Amino acid sequence: MIQAVNLIKRYGEKEALKGISFSIGPGEVVGLLGLNGAGKSTTMNILTGYISSTSGSVSVDGHDIVREPSACKRVIGYMPEQFSFYPDMRVSEYLDFVCDLKGFSPDPEARKKHLGEICARVGISKMTGRMIRNLSKGYRQRVGFAQALVGNPKVLILDEPTVGLDPSQIIEIRQLIKDSGKDSTVIVSSHILSEIQAICSRVIVIHEGRIIADGAPDRLMQDIQTNHRLAIRVQGGRKEIEAALSGLPKVRSIKALPQRELGTQDFLVEGKIGSDIRADVFFALAKANLPLLHTYGGELSLEDVFLHLTSGRETAREVVK
Amino acid sequence: MKAIFKRELRAYFHSPLGYVIIAVAYFFTNYYYFTYNLYGNTTDFTTLYSMMFSVVLFLVPVLTMRLMSEEKRAKTDQLLLTAPVSRTGIVLGKYFSAVVVYSVAISATLIDAVITSFVAIVDWPSVLGNFLGIFLLGLALIAICLFLSSITESQVIAAVMGFAVSLFLVLIDAISYVVSGSFWQTLFAYLSFNTRYEPFTLGIIDLPSAVFFVSVAALFIAFSVVTLERRRWS
Repeated sequence: MIQAVNLIKRYGEKEALKGISFSIGPGEVVGLLGLNGAGKSTTMNILTGYISSTSGSVSVDGHDIVREPSACKRVIGYMPEQFSFYPDMRVSEYLDFVCDLKGFSPDPEARKKHLGEICARVGISKMTGRMIRNLSKGYRQRVGFAQALVGNPKVLILDEPTVGLDPSQIIEIRQLIKDSGKDSTVIVSSHILSEIQAICSRVIVIHEGRIIADGAPDRLMQDIQTNHRLAIRVQGGRKEIEAALSGLPKVRSIKALPQRELGTQDFLVEGKIGSDIRADVFFALAKANLPLLHTYGGELSLEDVFLHLTSGRETAREVVK
Repeated sequence: MKAIFKRELRAYFHSPLGYVIIAVAYFFTNYYYFTYNLYGNTTDFTTLYSMMFSVVLFLVPVLTMRLMSEEKRAKTDQLLLTAPVSRTGIVLGKYFSAVVVYSVAISATLIDAVITSFVAIVDWPSVLGNFLGIFLLGLALIAICLFLSSITESQVIAAVMGFAVSLFLVLIDAISYVVSGSFWQTLFAYLSFNTRYEPFTLGIIDLPSAVFFVSVAALFIAFSVVTLERRRWS
């Protein structure tokens, strides 16, 4: 459905994309993961035809984005990172305008039915008469999502769709994206690892304009699951616990966390990257007769992923693939 | 193109801008109609149209200042540029919406002529020639100001540049009197909007001048399209 071949994009001296290639099949839900400035939005802007690559090619549904831009854009629904709207328009007027732009049937009945379905799907049916400028950030985001769905596009491109939303809105938008994946090929960008894991069946990790990993998010996570960082709750005095753990050769730092339970101490114990300190911590505390009540944490941060992928790029790519 | 045209036309009348421009045009038209035609007791509309020439120079930059610059500033252009609409379609949609509002604004001159025709004999060829002249002048000025709006994100800068360029194009024939060399004199006189407009005020439908205004409009529309296209490659 989407073919990107050796995309290079230069902004003056700066090379934002350094030869990105990937292929996405019909029905895939793919996440573009990367730190801010990694090249995610540039990639999406090229895929949608908003900007052109300095070299390389993109084809969507068999059409080249430079040679046949209209044919490409007709099958794409795009939600930019910052949903910009016309302040003088109501939701219904805006969606009607998007229908006109995308060349959707001018038949009022067909249009009303289509927009009604979309509004119901994204939960803005009661907001259609409201001025977009008066809507909350969450509802505006939904309007942005609704405009991307107009015309039932074969490809949905969503740039950081949950930025600035509260947790309940994030859950709703994620569900919308998942549902959309049943009918369309979806590309969603994010710098939040858990988000990509929750939504996507495949993740493409971009770092400094290059793809550094491409595969299923679970496998990626599993491969680089961090066991070198552990938050623990131990019954006992702070000094005793620190003394018991500080002698461990793999442990790099021990940081006290705020106390959450009377008579206990919480610590963040960090070992060398790549090491597994769980057993060592357990036995050290047992030996000092300090009951280990609870362990938590160890979740991957995006920084962990990038540290792992960039420190041993070739190894990571092999394992993930 | 049709979608952009509809949206822009609606935008003019969803904000006070369209109404203000039309109201100002109607006010000055009727002011000059009163002072020159009613008070001067004449059915000759040439003076009225000559005076409207200056009004148009100030109205057009205001009419067009937000057309492209505002889309760029608010980033709403992302929706347009990722939709299956050509860059030319976007520019033409915006251009024709401004032309429609402009036509409504200058239509007051025709209304006054029609009212006058109920009580006196109006020289219609002269009126229509004048109207065609001011319409063609508007076509060219709108295209120029639309282009200026496409190269900035600020409406104010677009408007100020529009005033400056419009005035320059009108006063360019003054330069022809002070430069030496017949080539430059001819060139500046040729480019002067004032000189081009004059035959129409005499009721003459001057084909070369009409072609001149239409050509200027086409040229600056093309410039606007190129500006929009360049952003894609920048």
